Amino acid sequence: MTQSTALIQYTLHLADDSLILGHRNSEWTGHGPILEQDIALSNIALDLIGQARNFYQYAAELINAAPVSNGTSGRPASAYGPTAPSNGAPRQVTEDQLAYLRDGWDFRNCLLVEQGNGDWAKTILRQFFFSAYQTALYEKLAQGRDKTLAAIAAKSHKEVVYHLRWSSEWVIRLGDGTEESHTRMNNALDELWKFTGELHTAAPYEQETAAKAISPDLSTLCPQWEEKVKEVFDEARLSYPPAVWMQTGGKEGRHTEHLGYVLAEMQFLQRAYPGCEW
Amino acid sequence: MPENQWPLWEVFIRSKQGLDHKHAGSLHAADAQMAIENARDVYTRRMEGVSIWVVESKYIHASSPDDATAFYEPANDKVYRHPTFYDLPDELKHM
Repeated sequence: MTQSTALIQYTLHLADDSLILGHRNSEWTGHGPILEQDIALSNIALDLIGQARNFYQYAAELINAAPVSNGTSGRPASAYGPTAPSNGAPRQVTEDQLAYLRDGWDFRNCLLVEQGNGDWAKTILRQFFFSAYQTALYEKLAQGRDKTLAAIAAKSHKEVVYHLRWSSEWVIRLGDGTEESHTRMNNALDELWKFTGELHTAAPYEQETAAKAISPDLSTLCPQWEEKVKEVFDEARLSYPPAVWMQTGGKEGRHTEHLGYVLAEMQFLQRAYPGCEW
Repeated sequence: MPENQWPLWEVFIRSKQGLDHKHAGSLHAADAQMAIENARDVYTRRMEGVSIWVVESKYIHASSPDDATAFYEPANDKVYRHPTFYDLPDELKHM
């Protein structure tokens, strides 16, 4: 793997994480349990999709700057949408193509973010696990060697700090709430816990970007994440689960069945009406 | 108030340092913490504020519209309550 390939993959991974979770959260818009929380979660969705745009724009820039594909370079021939124009001009990849025209196996998001919304408890817990990770990640990424990624991380860190605060309070409210809300929280925990290990397991491109001090070593983020989760779980009267076998693969394109449904809905318009704008 | 509904809160937003908090609207929340966060999400998403106050609506006591005549009209003919009868020196510009 060349350096540019690892950096492209890593940037796409960051973008995909934010886009897919943002899209999942946006599915609540108009369906939130109460107007105020509908707006709160929609705001978070917009923050995440905004982050995704920044990462996709950068990924597109890197892809367009990479040498044109002969099959071995950093610019795969077919993964990013329509084929090159017939006049032989180099194909310019855009952020929209990266979001709307890649297929499931090209997506590098972790499995956690693609899981279905379930009930409010599951949506909250998914956000909490991910925000706890993203807060720690962006804090370190902001000090990384790649200036663009560092700048996006620094800007986005302020947003995810709020996501973490908001979701932490909901985990506490539901965990330490009524019998029903406590049960729902525990059910959500049963469903989601097995996807949390992937947050701390580096894919090959992450190992490479970490070795180049572009991104943090994921194992160094893990203690911070565990500490935060334990602190919130204590207050929420939830027990921190024992170590179990963890599901991984999303970061390398091996997804659960849920991603396909997300993409079918999210990409429908661009697939049915290529290049459509409004 | 129905038991399954969160209480109502009044929201006051300070738009910038040095200005007063102004009433922005109301919203539902389970407690003060949530009310502040809801206010942040509902009323400051377009950079409207730098500080938020919330107070549960039930703690606001209001004058009754029925009292308006007795309350406000007597002030109508008391022009001497305005400090407009003083001669000010010309040098004073901003009174």
